[in-house]
Amino acid sequence: MESKVVGSNDNLLSGVTRRDFMKFCTAVAATMGLPLSAVPQIAEAVTAAKRPPVIWLSGQECTGCVESLLRTGHPDIVTLIFDLISLEYSETLNVGSGHQAEAFRAQSIEENKGKFILVVDGAIPVKDKGVYCMVAGKPVLDILLETAPLAAAVIAIGSCAAWGGVAAASPNPTGATPVHEILKGKGIPVVNIPGCPPNPYNFLSTVIHYLTFKKLPALDDKGRPKFAYSRLIHENCERRPHFDAGRFAEEFGDAGHRQGFCLYKLGCKGPETYNNCSTLPFNDTPGCWPVATGSPCFGCSEEKVGFNSPLFSKAKVVFPTPPAQHTDAVPEKGGGAKGFAYGVAGAAIGAAVVALAKRDGKED
Amino acid sequence: MAINRRDFLKFSAGTGLMLTAGATPGRAATVPQLPKDAVGILYDATLCIGCKSCMVNCKIANSEPGGALYHKETAGMIPYEYPAGDKIYDAPERLSDKTLCVIKAYKGGEKAAAGEKDGPAFSFIKQHCLHCIEPACVSVCPVAALQKNKDTGIVTYNKNKCFGCRYCQVACPFGIPMYEFEKASPSVVKCQLCNHRYAQGKYSACCEFCPTGASIFGKVTDLRAEAKRRLALKPGDSYAYPVKRVDGTERTEQVVASYVNHVYGLEEAGGTQYLFLAGVNFDKLGFNPRITNQVYPDFTWSYVSHVPALIGTLLVVGTATRLVTQKLEKKKNDAGKGDAS
Repeated sequence: MESKVVGSNDNLLSGVTRRDFMKFCTAVAATMGLPLSAVPQIAEAVTAAKRPPVIWLSGQECTGCVESLLRTGHPDIVTLIFDLISLEYSETLNVGSGHQAEAFRAQSIEENKGKFILVVDGAIPVKDKGVYCMVAGKPVLDILLETAPLAAAVIAIGSCAAWGGVAAASPNPTGATPVHEILKGKGIPVVNIPGCPPNPYNFLSTVIHYLTFKKLPALDDKGRPKFAYSRLIHENCERRPHFDAGRFAEEFGDAGHRQGFCLYKLGCKGPETYNNCSTLPFNDTPGCWPVATGSPCFGCSEEKVGFNSPLFSKAKVVFPTPPAQHTDAVPEKGGGAKGFAYGVAGAAIGAAVVALAKRDGKED
Repeated sequence: MAINRRDFLKFSAGTGLMLTAGATPGRAATVPQLPKDAVGILYDATLCIGCKSCMVNCKIANSEPGGALYHKETAGMIPYEYPAGDKIYDAPERLSDKTLCVIKAYKGGEKAAAGEKDGPAFSFIKQHCLHCIEPACVSVCPVAALQKNKDTGIVTYNKNKCFGCRYCQVACPFGIPMYEFEKASPSVVKCQLCNHRYAQGKYSACCEFCPTGASIFGKVTDLRAEAKRRLALKPGDSYAYPVKRVDGTERTEQVVASYVNHVYGLEEAGGTQYLFLAGVNFDKLGFNPRITNQVYPDFTWSYVSHVPALIGTLLVVGTATRLVTQKLEKKKNDAGKGDAS
């Protein structure tokens, strides 16, 4: 194991110690909830000689998703694009530009047919044949339709690519459409990593899962990886104990708000938003997500919540499961009698033992 | 003999009057009459998210002067259930002398766990005084410390009149009145629908702070109409539920859950001013299934109505017996003395 990592990567992982590298692999495994035994497998996958090609297309986007990816700590963007993946085309990170970049994209797609990962950020406008978002004189809709069938997997990163996001907000003048809807019926698997921006580790973990196991992670019915999007923010929220105890910030800046009480009444959408913000810190910085800073979650990663429902309207609590300390409406009966019976039985046994001991003592 | 003939006759006339008073024909079964401005609460369990905001704010509001938890000696303090513990996380489990309102949970049975169709798996229930239209506690209070307000119908408590017999605790079918057992001069404690807040133009704190509109305050007639309107809704449809007050402007659009076709409190115990709607059977929410539509003061009236007659009869018979035996004894003594001399 050790020799493999060091031997095949002397030139690629220059500057990265073996210790740091294994730490990264372990962190990735932890994000996805994989056992420690998967760590060597991940290490092997990400150090394979031929790095997997990635083509990154952008539609109607704000570059926020790329920006958040640029600020990851393990691995940092340098390690990611130079050592782990081979980023063939990205409008934000390309070195070349203009005809040079476009030519390389065409060449790369041709070379890596059926092998490359296609990442899309931003919604795709479809109204008026997609003229509202043009790249190199071509509607991005056409570029997507040309490229996607040749990709091994499509990852829609960000709420715009996953649900339409801010571009698709009413009245949606450009007909902004999520990627999976455009590719619907074409048999192309689309992984949605919603969020505005999504936690970059959800994206990285999906990519590395694909590299390691050669298949996509388990997805829910909306195409989101289950390791990240199977729980409500509300379930693991650091302010949840305040919710259960009835302590709420009633308005911004009041005593409750300053004391860190629950933000539900200020319009927090945590109770209807599936994401792992409350458990996985953004960019390795605990306490830098909205709820921790005192701003209610606005449900950026949830379809029909973020960019659809009013910012400060109260959320619909999806599963108002009562916490354990809520008293039962009908208390369980018979517990006391049972305890008493056990007590009596115990006392009887005790008395018998004492009596026997005494008798034995006398016999001696 | 200590009693002269004149006094005896006066006394006899008195007891005779008492007897006739007691012998008035028994009260006919009461038809509960809602006071004209009766106010109450409608609690919709399908909207409740169990956040306990009502419990916390009930405690705060009732610790203010005039509130049901206010005491001069502890003015300015909120009576937490665990005064020694963490005050940020006060979690009352049941009604007590420090808690007027409590949220309890129905956590589903084995059926719900097995995925059987047995209504929703969870439900909450808010417990506090129901403000009966014919309250049993008022009917049994010997000193009229508990009284039903003629206009608002709120059952109020006056601690200056109460002498601590705690009959109200025994009489209440819902087990609401609580007693400050640990105090030297205790009071009975129960929800008085925040009637001290009406003077300030406010209303019940539990409704004012309910974020979802699960508890709404208003006139009982309006609440009854609202409850019936909700039962007529189709599950899955959308409805603009009023929040805080039934007559207020604040509304919240929610998907209608399926209701149990019953408004608890419309007829139970002769009708209450606190009404309930729920998605699960009311028996599962902790309501005693033995509570019928019987008007509770009527329930005891056939016995209680005889009490003055009984006391009068006992007085007369007892006095007569005493007089007779006294006379006999005197005669015997006199005879004995005569023998001795």
